[in-house]
Amino acid sequence: MSDDISTLRRILRGCRTVAIVGLSADWHRPSNFVGKYLQQHGYRIVPVNPRYDSILGERSYKALQDIPFPVDMVDVFRRTEDVLPFAQGAIAIGAKCLWQQIGVKNLQADALVRGAGLDSVMDRCVKIEHARLFGGLHWAGVNTRVISAKRPI
Amino acid sequence: MADRIFQPETLAIHAGQIPDVATGARALPIYQTTSFVFDSADHAASLFNLQTFGNVYSRLSNPTVAALEERVAALEGGRAALASASGMAAEAMALMTILQQGDHVVAAGALYGGSVSMLSVNLAKFGITTSFVNATKPEAFAAAIQPNTRALFAESLGNPSMLLLDIGAVADVAHAHGLPLVIDNTVPSPYLCNPIAYGADIVVHSATKYLAGHGTTLGGVMVESGRFPWDNGKFPGMTEPSPGYHGVKFYETFGDFGFCMRARMETLRVFGAALSPMSAWQILQGVETLPLRMERHSRNGMAVARFLQNHPRVSWINYPGLPDHPQHDLLKKQMRALGGEPMASGLLAFGVKGGAAAGEKFIESAQFMSHLVNIGDTRTLISHPATTTHRQLDEAQQRAAGVLPDMVRISVGLEHIDDILWDIDQALGQTAC
Repeated sequence: MSDDISTLRRILRGCRTVAIVGLSADWHRPSNFVGKYLQQHGYRIVPVNPRYDSILGERSYKALQDIPFPVDMVDVFRRTEDVLPFAQGAIAIGAKCLWQQIGVKNLQADALVRGAGLDSVMDRCVKIEHARLFGGLHWAGVNTRVISAKRPI
Repeated sequence: MADRIFQPETLAIHAGQIPDVATGARALPIYQTTSFVFDSADHAASLFNLQTFGNVYSRLSNPTVAALEERVAALEGGRAALASASGMAAEAMALMTILQQGDHVVAAGALYGGSVSMLSVNLAKFGITTSFVNATKPEAFAAAIQPNTRALFAESLGNPSMLLLDIGAVADVAHAHGLPLVIDNTVPSPYLCNPIAYGADIVVHSATKYLAGHGTTLGGVMVESGRFPWDNGKFPGMTEPSPGYHGVKFYETFGDFGFCMRARMETLRVFGAALSPMSAWQILQGVETLPLRMERHSRNGMAVARFLQNHPRVSWINYPGLPDHPQHDLLKKQMRALGGEPMASGLLAFGVKGGAAAGEKFIESAQFMSHLVNIGDTRTLISHPATTTHRQLDEAQQRAAGVLPDMVRISVGLEHIDDILWDIDQALGQTAC
């Protein structure tokens, strides 16, 4: 698992297409907040949720393997015990990172993807970490733990 | 590489302020603006929906104020902070976010007079009641808890009672009942004591005092630990859709900084006690030297305490830095040490022989010690709490707050210690006349 600032920055800079497993179409659900936030910060999101045709203006796919273009990161909003198939899917579609959201911490999935050379993040929120390391969360008075004499570009 | 855990001396200078994204300015810019433009209608909508973090209006957030918020959050070891126009405003933001009509608070009896008034008069007007208890007895907090209690409130080091709270013991009582412990940590400042490390859930500060340190600027900060389980069933305002903010569930959406977000978007936004960017900047000029100043305030405070202890015109002295003080062991446990000795701040209380009249004579006889009601200034400040800060309380309430009729409060400043002792000595000499 990666959770230091320089690794998280590298992951968030390098992964521009993000498949969101379990993305909700309901605007005030946390997953929808994350999708909307990522779109506003220049990321392409790819909903993976069989219950919808499209979410946040993007076509929704039934499974990771159905996505017909490369995906950099698989961001998982599912219960910890349900994560493993998406770890296998992330490897199968050539993703560079498996990201398990806050409260999601499947150690088997973590070991599996790291063994396959992927980055792995657990129990963190993509939106909160992006905002923490690239500026926005600071405006909400949050302790970002960023100590630096360089601009966050 | 694992992230480095920085020391408070470094955090006091750097936390919350990296070089300005727009200009590269190394020092903190003063964003003296009421409002911020939206890039598009969609951007505006997502900011109002809290889907994107950003600035909308300086009553809610402001980049200069945010630097102060993050710095104090970092110094306290907390998850997030919210600044406000004064220390009283910070306390009000914390309590008014937690509490609603019909709720009850258990508070230490020995509190700053303004806090006693807020709880016993102002919040009572809105149907929130408070039981005041002996803060030296954790079991007294437990005994006063009712089914409708929703918070415990106390000061880490009482002003001017000088009572230390056993934070860990009272936090255990609070958590056993599913309640948050709110601590006013103004007197120690985050450099001398971090209540969150001992179990406090919310910390409030009058930043006007040691944090700013220069006596020029009012401000307050509230910090949340990020550890309190707001979904324990007692705080539906944290878990249910917010009627004040179009259905957002603050704890589910923002997790361990959900309380600060709710305080910002529901309480500060509506009651309007926002801190001005200029004030935040002035306070931050002080925060950068907080560790240096607290060492000197504490060293001077200790020297004054020892001097008063042996002075023939002094009837009693209350300073927990003195080794024979009944709470000295607790001070050692909870407060930062310098050269092996725990620091106790520059605040102390004593009685002048001859009672209240002699106390007033002492205050009027000082040459450079200032007679006023602030604390935590570079200047040495003296006051008579019974006739000033605690004047609104009757004598029984004053005694409960640790205020005796003959009590003189000194906030020992950063002047040369020999000069401070000289002024105290000559003023005490005049009380004999």
